[in-house]
Formats: sequence, C-alpha cells, structure tokens
Amino acid sequence: MMRNILSILTVVAAIIGLWYLLCIPMNMHEATQQAQRAGAEVTPATASERLQLGGIALAVQNPTLWPGAFGQDRPRLPSPDQVVAELWNTTGAMVLSGRSMTKRSLVFHGWITLSATLLGFVFGTGLGIILAVGIVHSRAMDMSVMPWAIASQTIPILALAPMIIVVLNSVGLQGLIPKAIISAYLSFFPVVVGMVKGLRAPGMMQLDLMRTYNATRGQTLWKLRLPASMPYLFASLKIGISASLIGAIVGELPTGAVRGLGARMLTGSYYGQTIQIWSALFAAAILAALLVGTIGLIQRRTLKRMGMQP
Amino acid sequence: MNAAARSFGVSLPGFVLLSTLGLSLADGSGLTGVAIALAAVVMGWFTIRALAEHFKTQRWARLAAPILLGVLILVLWEVTVRALEVPFVILPPPSAIGSKITNSMPLLWADMVQTVVKGALSGYVMGCGAAFLTAISVDRSPFLKRGLLPVGNFVAALPIIGTAPILVMWFGFDWESKAAVVVAMVFFPMLVNTVAGLSETTAMQRDLMHTYAATYRQTLFKLRLPAAMPFVFNGLKISSTLALIGAIVAEFFGSPTLGMGFRISTSVGQLALNIVWAEIVVAAIVGSAFYGSLAMIEKGVTFWHPSQRG
Repeated sequence: MMRNILSILTVVAAIIGLWYLLCIPMNMHEATQQAQRAGAEVTPATASERLQLGGIALAVQNPTLWPGAFGQDRPRLPSPDQVVAELWNTTGAMVLSGRSMTKRSLVFHGWITLSATLLGFVFGTGLGIILAVGIVHSRAMDMSVMPWAIASQTIPILALAPMIIVVLNSVGLQGLIPKAIISAYLSFFPVVVGMVKGLRAPGMMQLDLMRTYNATRGQTLWKLRLPASMPYLFASLKIGISASLIGAIVGELPTGAVRGLGARMLTGSYYGQTIQIWSALFAAAILAALLVGTIGLIQRRTLKRMGMQP
Repeated sequence: MNAAARSFGVSLPGFVLLSTLGLSLADGSGLTGVAIALAAVVMGWFTIRALAEHFKTQRWARLAAPILLGVLILVLWEVTVRALEVPFVILPPPSAIGSKITNSMPLLWADMVQTVVKGALSGYVMGCGAAFLTAISVDRSPFLKRGLLPVGNFVAALPIIGTAPILVMWFGFDWESKAAVVVAMVFFPMLVNTVAGLSETTAMQRDLMHTYAATYRQTLFKLRLPAAMPFVFNGLKISSTLALIGAIVAEFFGSPTLGMGFRISTSVGQLALNIVWAEIVVAAIVGSAFYGSLAMIEKGVTFWHPSQRG
C-alpha cells in the first residue's frame, strides 16, 4: 500500500513538474512583450521577429526572462498554482465569506451542473434497469432491443445534445430538464448493457435450485438475479455517472447558457480567460472524482454487507 | 411449424398492410392516423414475438428481429409526425431526413472528411500510438507502472472533453485542435488497457520463455504482445467512440465553416433540423463502421482467445 502511494505521488509530481516546464515556452511571447515594455533587453528586438520564432527557441534565447512566464493575467497556459489559487478563490474563500451562491462562485455553477447530472442519472439508470429486466424476461425484447442497445455504444450519441436543448427550448422547456434528459440517455445504455449481463450472471445450477423451490419469476428476480447483478450494476453505475456529468456539461454549451460549469468554460473561451477555463475544468474533474468515489464507497459497503467482498 | 406459420400468417401481413395504410393516408389525418400506426406497431411486435418463439436459433431471425424493430419505430415516427402535423422544427419525419441525406451528399461528405478523417482519425492514430509506446516503455519499471495505472484510471474517468476550449485556443480552429482533443481523450483509456494487457501472461508462460533463454525483446514480441492483444483491442474499441465524440464536440468551440460538429451547432441555431438529423445519421454510420472494422481485425488477430472461439 505504501509503495503504491509512493509510486502514485511520483507520477503526479512528474506531471506537475512537466506542466510547470511547459509554462515557459507556452507563455514566452507574452513574457518577452511585457519585459520589453518594462525596458529590458529582449533578443529578437521586435515583436514581429519574435512571432516568427517558436516558444522553445524564444525561451532558449532569453533565459533571464523565464520568471515572467509565470503569474501573467491571461497566460496561454496558467501554472498549477494559479489554477489552484483561482479554484480556492471561487470555492473555499467564497464559502467562508458566505457568498457561495453568487455568480462568480464555482460552488454555485457546480451545483447547477450537479443537479442536472443527478436528476438525469437517476432517471437513466432507473429506466435502464427496467429495460434490462424486460430484456432478460422476454426473448422477443432480447432479440430485437439488445442489438440496438449494443450498437448505440459505438455511435457518438453526444452529437444529439445540441438538438435536444434547442428543440425542448422551442417547446418552452429550459434549464434543468433538457440537460437532465441528455444525462439520462447517456447513462441509460451502459446500465442496460451491464445489467443484462448482471441479471444473467446466476448459473444454471442456481436457477435450477430456484425452480425446485417452485419460485415464481418475480421471486427469482428479487432473491437471485438482482442480488447477483450487484457487481455489474456498480461497474455500470460508475461509467454512467461520469457519462451523465459529461452530458450535463456538453448540454450547457450550445445555447450559450450562463450558469453551470460548461457555461464557465464557454464564457472563458469567448473572453480568453484561460485561468477561468482551467479552474472550471478542474472543478468538473473534482466533481467527477467525487461522484465516482461515492459510488465506489457505496459499492464496497453494499458488497461487504451482502458477503460478496471481504 | 404449424403454429409458427399461423402466427406469422396473421401478424406479418397485418403489419405490412397497416403500415402501408398508415403511410398512405398519414398527412393531417390526426388521431385516426396515430391509431392505425399504433395498430401496426402491435402487429409488428407480434411478428417479432413469433420470430423469437419459433426461430430463435436461426441466423436470419437474429438479424430480422432488430431490423423489424427499427422499421416499426420508423413507421410509428413517420405516421405520427405527419398525422399530427408536428412542426418541422420539433421533429422532422424520417422521410424528410432521408431525402435531405440523398440531396446533400457532397456537403455531408465534405463535413465527414473534415471531422472524421482529418480530426478524429489522425488524433486517434497519434493518441493510441503514443499510449501504446508509453505503455511498453513504462512496462519495464514496476514502480512507474504501479503509479501510472491508478492515475490513468482516474484521468480516464474525468470529463476530458472540457479541454476542448483550451486546445482550440492553442492549436487554432482547423483540424489540428480537434486531433489534439482526440489525443487527450483516447490516450489514457488506451494506456490503461495496454498496461493491463502486458501483465496478462502467467508465471508458467514467462518461465517457459526463460528456459528458452529468450531475450526481453523476444519475450515481448512472441509472448506478451500477442497475449495483450484482447486488451489492446478493447482499448482501441473504446477509443474509437471517444475519438468521434471528441472531434465533433471540439467543433462546437470553433471550427472552419465545415465539419459535422460545426454543421450541427449552426444548423440547430437556424432550426434546420433535417440537416442536423442527417449529420447524426452519418455519425452513427461512421461510428458503427469504425467499431465494426476494429472488431473484424480483432477477430483475425485474437482468433485464439476464448471469446472469439464461441
């Protein structure tokens, strides 16, 4: 366990180090610009000459100006500490000062996205489980619906998102519901495919035992199939919740929404606010990690209580 | 056979007859049209059930059932939309989408080339290739492998699609930025799968190579890479869907006046929904063709694996 943590920390440290290093060539043009305005010596003297050069060449020729690549207002690549500071300023600091639900707060935007994600996720998984039960019990559904459910995994259904938003908008639905619908159908198919596999997990022997008990189909479902499908269910729930989050974020893009993490990214890209985009991106990543982690925790506790995991 | 003939003899002609009736008098027929369509759907469903009950083992039946379900849904969609005169901007009938596809072939083809060939495919090859080489080079260090696997698994669950606005800002509007988004999306799923695949060999097999005095390179090429292929193809298949999604969604953030994502986002704004649906149909066809060809190659390469011997 300790050795694993050491390895993980090494990899993470390497990524952060690489990121800092990348900041220098990425931001060098702006850094030389600022240095020249402040009256320093820059080695191709004019801006047009510098534009001809790549970031790395410019960095090599002006080693004294490297510090200028960090801490810029609108860097091409913000440094990790800038992103962390912005994240703290828009979340923790605003919570502490009691402004967590204002428009600049990522807690507020995160909540908007999260509520759509969760609503869609609950509907998507619910419908997915119901359809999976139907598929397992009806051969006609198995033969006709299942191929479509599998094929739907191979097509980019996310491309439907803008249309759903706009069509629902034209019939008067706005805000939460359209995003939740996108989230729901993104989490729907993984759950169907996973649950069909899970409900079929009990072996012939176990099914035969249920038959010797004279169990009805409903009893077999409740007492054998559903409990046996739990590991599959949780595996597909993890895929489903991250798909739901992506759906909610992409659902915020096409209509120029003003609230939500996707909207923060979009406005950030309109106004060149790179730090804002990066902090929204990291907020989304943290949210995804929390959601998947929560399901993992529920999974461990449930499977433990059911005796399926030590 | 008699029962089969009887159930088919009623339901299949019933379905065909009711469908033609519904389609021929659909326009503006109101609830009558919808009732006919629903009756056709019921007949169609009975046909599928008859198929499932009497021909469940036949190959043609396994193919016919999903196709019949697709036809059923198309008939219901077409007749209902035309009978109730649903506004074109909410849901165009399938026939309008079909004629749009045949009428605007050159446009759809140009969009497809821009998005799929230039954006998705180039990024897919670069990302998967880089991940594959990284996995092989990391494989020699157990320390790095222990660190990279959890980090890779974590990153693979994050909404990487959010990097799209940043990468569009860095690499410009043309296909380079889309390829970059695709690289970012496919890298980690591919890496995690390849690393997992490379540790798939058993101690016995490795011992055998040892007794042959095989070098590291020989062991890699003759034992471990072939053994890793099922995992590699799993990664390639997951990545194929991700690549299309990445290329399309990245175009929402800025693109030349060409491309599937561009066409979807701008046409949705103009409420020209038939071209949007046409693009989605093209995306679905491309996506399943991509996935299908990978599955074919997999069948050839991993013919020895239990899952392929069926």
